[in-house]
Order: sequence, then C-alpha cells, then structure tokens
Amino acid sequence: MISPRVLRRRIKSIQSTAKITKAMEMIATAKMRRTQEQALAGRPYSEKINQVISDLSAASSVNGIIHPLLEKRAVKKVAVIHITTDRGLCGGLNANMNRMTSTFILKQGIPVTLITVGRNGRDFMTRCECNVRAEFTGISDKPVLFDTLPISQVIIDDYTAGVYDVVYIAYPRFVSTMIQRPTIQPLIPVKPTIFSPSQTLEYIYEPDAYYVLGQLLPRFVQMEVYHAILESIASEQSARMIAMRNATDNANDFVKNLTVTLNKARQEMITTELLDITAGAEAQVK
Amino acid sequence: MATFKLEIVTVEKLSFSDNVNVLVAPGVNGQLGILPNHAPLMTILEPGELIIKKGSEETYWAITGGFLEVRPDKVIVLADACELATEIDISRAEEAKRRAEERLKQKSSGIDVTRAETALRRSLIRLKIAERHR
Repeated sequence: MISPRVLRRRIKSIQSTAKITKAMEMIATAKMRRTQEQALAGRPYSEKINQVISDLSAASSVNGIIHPLLEKRAVKKVAVIHITTDRGLCGGLNANMNRMTSTFILKQGIPVTLITVGRNGRDFMTRCECNVRAEFTGISDKPVLFDTLPISQVIIDDYTAGVYDVVYIAYPRFVSTMIQRPTIQPLIPVKPTIFSPSQTLEYIYEPDAYYVLGQLLPRFVQMEVYHAILESIASEQSARMIAMRNATDNANDFVKNLTVTLNKARQEMITTELLDITAGAEAQVK
Repeated sequence: MATFKLEIVTVEKLSFSDNVNVLVAPGVNGQLGILPNHAPLMTILEPGELIIKKGSEETYWAITGGFLEVRPDKVIVLADACELATEIDISRAEEAKRRAEERLKQKSSGIDVTRAETALRRSLIRLKIAERHR
C-alpha cells in the first residue's frame, strides 16, 4: 500500500502538469486561428500572380527565350526545402515530416541537397549526415513575407546558377485541425497552371513581356515558400493543440484514479485505527 | 464621372477595394495615369507614390514596388507593401532608414548591400510621402 502522503504529492504534481498543458493548448488554439487567417489573406495575391504567370509564359515562350525559372533541365541534382518546426511538443508532426523527406531522398538515387527550415528538421538531417546547403531557424509565429525572403533567395540563386536541376518543397499541409498531411511538391521549374483560353487577355506589357515575367517569377517562388511556411505554422499549432488536449485529458484521468486509490488508503487507515481503539476499549472493560 | 473598380492587394491582406476615377502609379517607365476603359495592361511598379482620385477626394499611398494589372472589369495593384500616407509610422520609417544607413557604412559584401540599399530606398520613400501629406 502506498502511503497517502506520497499519493497526495503525486496528485498535486500531475495537477500542475495538467495546468501547464491546458495553458499550452489554449495558446496553440489562439495562434492557430491567427495563422489560418493569415494564410487565407494571402490567397487573392497568389491566385492573381499564378494567373498572370500562366498568361505570360504562354506569351513569352513564343519569342524563343525561356526564363531560367521556367526552364526544364535533365535532372542530375535535386534540392528539397524541408520545413519543420523549431519547437517540439506537437505530436507526431515532425517525425512524420522527417520520415517522408528521408523516404523521398532514398528513392531519388541521385545527390539530394537539403535546405532546412526549423530546428527539428535540421537536427534530424544533420544526424543522418545529409547534405544540408542552408538552414533557417527562429522564424516567428507570425512571419511577414520579408522574413522568408532569404530562404527563397538561396534557392533562386542556386537554381539559376545550375547547382541543382529541380527544387521540391516539403511541408506539413494543413488539412484540418485533426489532420496535417506531410506534402512534397515541385517548386522550380515553375509549372504555371493553364487557364482556359477564354480567360486569357491580350495585354500590353510594359516594358515587355519577358521583363515582367522576370520580375514576377521570383515573386511567385517567394510566395510559395511563404505560403508553405504559413501552412507549416498552422499545422504546428493545431498539432500542438491536439497533443496538449490529449495530455490534459490523460492527466485528469490519472488524478481521478489516484484520488480513488488515495481514498481507499485513507479509509483503510481509519478502519485499522478504529479497530485498534475498540480493541483497546474492550480490553479495559474486561 | 466614369469610375472603375480598383483593388490593392498585398501578401498580408486586401488593403483597398473601391470604385475610383483616376489612378496614378509609378511605373518602371515613368508615371502612369489610369482612367476608366483603359486597354489591358500589365506592368511593374517602382517604389513610389500611388495617387487615387475619387470625386473631389484624393488619397495618397506609399508603395514599395509591385505589379499593376489593368483588366476590362477592374484594376489590380499587387503591392509588396502599401500604406496610406496618413498612416505611415514616421518614427519607424526613420529607424529603418538609420539601420539601413548603418549597414551600408559597414560595407559587408554582396546580398547584404543590395538588401540594405533597397531597405534604405523604401524608408526614404515612406518618409518623403509622409512628410508631404502631413
């Protein structure tokens, strides 16, 4: 039998853990809502830019010159932008991301360069002795486009210089609060979504189509990277919210069970004491 | 007076959406004036000042570069960052200017210099427009 004193101490400690996890859950909920709004707010911008690029790439390939970021090359070297979180305590989110990217790398059979965003992915990839070209950590919970520019700059420069022939981006896609799906998709060369001809217009380009496209494409890549990071943050917060809710529930269950044990132990103690007293009293009567 | 629909979209949000009479924007080849029924046009915008006229009212925006698209149904400005002249935080812009100048003085190489230069240019434009319309 565990002594009631030890049980009481145990209950108290689990209760304070539950308080912490409860607080973390609430913080994650608030942050998740904000990031979701932020991700949605950027949508008109990326839709627009996508449409313009598809119009333009149709117009500019006629001239015979293809912009470097649109050009498809024979794939000899691959790069992956691997997005994970800086902090832990968010369930299986990072483990799933690391598993997906490493499976992807093993499947390639050609050299893969990594650009990691987030501490967790960086630590994992360095441990696996992967080729990490650049690493970014400490991105805030509410990033602005400007915060993510260095990341896209690295890959645009390297791609243009021919360091790698295709760039993928891997991030936890935010499907719903319950589901975050690790996703890997090609980023460069840019593949414009083709719109139906009725939607395209005859534009005047100033100064010319090629110049405008040259300005738009890097911006498009920057947007995609920014968006992936926003999704990753939304996923992180919702994964943490669920993980922390489970932890709080578990802690409360623990407290309930321990309280029952404590009560039993206390009752037993009282019973023994009563027995002692009555036995003593009877002995005196005789 | 004829109007057209104007939208200013930044990465963070839809900053402006209204029917206006005239838009003056800083294009790469000089100032552009857009009136209703303009032919479809796509151009790059330089850092500078956007002027929007609606009736007798004029509003001024500081823009740090972006894209301008004129469509038959509406005109869209895709801005990197855009602020109403009266809403510019002057102390913040001055702070940014000071930081950029400091970084330029240190003369580190390559990308840092370009970044500091664009940052400096951005803050100068903000300050200029804010001063003019105070």
